[in-house]
Amino acid sequence: MATIASIRAEKLAIKKGSDQILSELTFTVSAGSITGLVGPSGAGKTTLMRAIVGVQQVTQGNLEVLGKVAGDKVLRRKIGYVTQAPAIYNDLTVIQNLRYFGVLTGATNIQIDEIIHKVKLDSKRKQLTASLSGGEKARVSLAVALLGDPGLLVLDEPTVGLDPILRQELWQLFAELAAQGKTLLISSHVMDEAEKCQSLLLLRDGRLLWQDSRESLLKTTHTKSVEEAFVQMVTHQEVA
Amino acid sequence: MYHIRATIATTRRILQQLSHDRRTIALIFVVPCVLLGLLRWLFDQNLTVFNSIAPALLGVFPFVVMFLVTSITTLRERTGGTMERLMALPIAKFDLLVGYMIAFGILAVFQALLASLLLLYGFGLEVQGPDWFLIIMALADALLGTALGLFVSAYARSEFQAVQFMPAFVIPQILIGGLLMPLSQMPDLLEKIAYCLPLTYAIDALNLIVHHADITADAWRDLLVVVVFVLGALLLGVATLRRKSE
Repeated sequence: MATIASIRAEKLAIKKGSDQILSELTFTVSAGSITGLVGPSGAGKTTLMRAIVGVQQVTQGNLEVLGKVAGDKVLRRKIGYVTQAPAIYNDLTVIQNLRYFGVLTGATNIQIDEIIHKVKLDSKRKQLTASLSGGEKARVSLAVALLGDPGLLVLDEPTVGLDPILRQELWQLFAELAAQGKTLLISSHVMDEAEKCQSLLLLRDGRLLWQDSRESLLKTTHTKSVEEAFVQMVTHQEVA
Repeated sequence: MYHIRATIATTRRILQQLSHDRRTIALIFVVPCVLLGLLRWLFDQNLTVFNSIAPALLGVFPFVVMFLVTSITTLRERTGGTMERLMALPIAKFDLLVGYMIAFGILAVFQALLASLLLLYGFGLEVQGPDWFLIIMALADALLGTALGLFVSAYARSEFQAVQFMPAFVIPQILIGGLLMPLSQMPDLLEKIAYCLPLTYAIDALNLIVHHADITADAWRDLLVVVVFVLGALLLGVATLRRKSE
């Protein structure tokens, strides 16, 4: 199956001060898929995502996003980014938040209404975001990322702390978005979430353990779950 | 077109944020008036002293209040993650900062108007020059506070640090800006330093307008210097705002 790469990294390395956060990352993320960026906290997931959306300086190597060098001005209209903590204005209502970011991303009011409906916040439109629950805030933040209909969504732990029903609904939404041809890169430190991704990037201590489909990961490692596979790969690496 | 829309949207967003925080708005408007009232009361038996320092304070209060409000608001934008989100969006840094300036400028106009009207009509301050210049000067000072607050907040990592920038950046300007002692009576070096600080010019202009029937060339020069400082701080603010972290 020939796929077009949305993200292509080649020997990517990122240093913050004297700390080596990421080293020698070479991978591709294919268009129209859900790719899970999975690894324990501190593995460098957020740094990688920040580099992809263009707010983190790359120290070495190449990072190409949608055919441009990461951080290119043009990309700012094409990437939706959800930060780990909901990056929204707590002292604005839900609709005021979306209207503001809507102007910046060129979304119309009709599109804003559709997005509010998609993330199931219709009844909270006029509520101050400070008074929302953690899960609701996370959905406002996701809604902001959907504004302007970006082709690539970079979501940093979007389902952390949500109740299981809501998590399932969000994963359904992610699947719908992928079916529409959007590329999703979703990070998580919870291994079961990796089960829902077609392809995986397993990250540990700033290095890639695996990049390919989930299926072939399980096949190669002769395991039944991503968690098992992860453990096996880490032990193998340490033995070697 | 996009830049104008993004700037206006930012201004509106900041005013909306403040509109949900009525107490802050009340503080911005009421505190300078209460302080002026306190001063008027203090010098009740000695109105000449009051008349000589009150105009300068009209420049100091908006400067201080706007400096604080702006640096805290911008810092919250950084710590809350919305700055990072904005930096990943098409909005230009200049649009963002100008949006900030306009929003706080609007507040400053009302604050300056309120304080000036109180001084002129409530306390009967005698001003030889035109009233409008007094108000323009107060507005310029408020914008100066906003621009410096924007710039300085780039160097603050926490709200605690941001608040500490006030005594570091603002109080020295008040101490040696000509409010406590005329510049000519200061030690030479201190006088030279004072002439490098923007608030000195603001205080000078406000004093000039009280004592001269027309706007003197010096008063215009003072206004120009303050405006140049505002633009300079704004440009520095744009330069220090980084899209990418190292």
